[in-house]
Amino acid sequence: MNKKKHGYSARKRKEAVTGFLFIAPMMIGLLVFSAYAFFQNIYFSFNKVGAFGKPQFIGFDNYIRIFADPNFYIALKNTLFYTVFGVSFVIIFSVIIANTLNKKVRGRTFYRVCIFIPAITMPAAIGILWRWMLNYKFGIVNYILEKIGLQPVAWLSEAATVKWAILLVLVWSMVSYYVIIMLAGMQGIDLSYYEAARVDGAGPRQLFFKVTIPLLTPIILFSTIMSMIGILQIFDFIYLMIQRDTIAYQYSMSMVTYFYELAFVKDLRGYASAVSIVLCIIIMIITIIQMYLQKYWVNYDN
Amino acid sequence: MKIKKFMKETLPVHIMLILFSVIMVGPFLWMFLTSIKTYEETIRIPVQFFPKAVQWVNYQIVYHKFPFLTLYFNTFFVTLITIIAQLLVVSLAAYAFSRLDFPGRNIIFLLMLGLMMVPGQIFIIPRFQLMVQLNITNTLTALILPGIFNIFGVFMMRQFFSSIPKELDEAALIDGCGYFVIYWKILLPLTKPGLVSLGIMVMLNTWKELMWPIIVNRSMHKMTLSAGLAMLIGEHTTYYEQVMAGAVISVLPMIIIFAIFQKQFVAGIARAGLKG
Repeated sequence: MNKKKHGYSARKRKEAVTGFLFIAPMMIGLLVFSAYAFFQNIYFSFNKVGAFGKPQFIGFDNYIRIFADPNFYIALKNTLFYTVFGVSFVIIFSVIIANTLNKKVRGRTFYRVCIFIPAITMPAAIGILWRWMLNYKFGIVNYILEKIGLQPVAWLSEAATVKWAILLVLVWSMVSYYVIIMLAGMQGIDLSYYEAARVDGAGPRQLFFKVTIPLLTPIILFSTIMSMIGILQIFDFIYLMIQRDTIAYQYSMSMVTYFYELAFVKDLRGYASAVSIVLCIIIMIITIIQMYLQKYWVNYDN
Repeated sequence: MKIKKFMKETLPVHIMLILFSVIMVGPFLWMFLTSIKTYEETIRIPVQFFPKAVQWVNYQIVYHKFPFLTLYFNTFFVTLITIIAQLLVVSLAAYAFSRLDFPGRNIIFLLMLGLMMVPGQIFIIPRFQLMVQLNITNTLTALILPGIFNIFGVFMMRQFFSSIPKELDEAALIDGCGYFVIYWKILLPLTKPGLVSLGIMVMLNTWKELMWPIIVNRSMHKMTLSAGLAMLIGEHTTYYEQVMAGAVISVLPMIIIFAIFQKQFVAGIARAGLKG
């Protein structure tokens, strides 16, 4: 009797030790690079931190400064612009394109490879490509505009248009990626739903709106949240496409762009840390709201 | 009757798909066309579509101005090491979270999930300071290390492990197999799709990443392709035929790999997405 009990707890102990051992590499790595970093970032936000020298404690000064900082609000406003329009366009276009790609036509694979290419291309290349294409004098976009009778636009240097230029590139590259996700979702829909609807006399448009979309809502929710979190952190394209010393910079600056400038150009790292924390809180609030709203429009398959 | 069906149903679909394809691929064709023109041809007004003669010399110029071979090696090396290290570390942890019982398991997992929600900018300044303190700025190690500990990877692999029936483990345990053997010989092979998915996601993310590489490695010879391309803009804003040549050099290999392995790529990305 005793032997059995002893054997059981020894095995349980061995299992526990093994468990800790197996998660150890991950935990150590996380502790060093993530957990410690997380708390140190909070610590920095209450200090004045330069490129060199020791941090100086200044309490809530950084946070108070954020509230009075016009650049912060500009960055916030721009970022919300990108997010609201970006997510909307990305979801709408990716659903439409995925739906078209889902049709049984010949050469499907070829079309897919073409449409997915931006998704696997590095933003650095995309950024410099579009910077060239949106060039005021020599860019092909303005050439096409002129050909169809419109005026050329100084996309990347004029205050009114620069946000739309960034949005264009952003949507263009993200749609390519989310088409993959939406298409996978569509292919997971049970064909019997379509059969049943067709028997009831549904045409292609009704099939799309009454069958495809409702059954796709979980994937749409996931894509909405993921794309939203991604766009709220937009940095690459703005960094690559907009010159810092033009007026357009101010009108296109995102929160992370501002963060980067504070931390690594101006070396105001304590302030930057505070900005990053505020950004983090904003992202979390928006995400929680989205997750809460999901019960109003997402259908889950039983 | 058949032609009518074609015209009404199939043709519009083809037209739409061609339109979408042109929108997505067109810019890359323009990138290539620009790269084979002379400087004068690129700035000609109205826009000249095709060069008179193909200027491969642009590629030579850019190749000599920028250490593309080094950039490629760096990117390739960082990606490879990150993938191998991450798959090992992450799958081992995922196995433990899925199959082994230890005190605090659920709390630790939940804390990890919470940490996963935190946006990357939170970590950048402290990580950079850490790299400075450890004196490993401007090294490939600095690029590799933070990328190994991917919480989403643990989450995804745990899902995969949990989908395998526990009877398999139990049978092996009765046969006297140790936990590591079960993990290595039995469960890991069964979760290959998950590993492939994760590998592809890591490859894409490492390839695409910009902010961390430009912050932590300032020397041209330790940069990744993305960071190097960003430098291309700073120094050569006017000679776009060279800039585009650099861009083509950077994106072409990935496009070719993708064209060959597109099935795996798409399946990998979709799987990672749908598991979320």
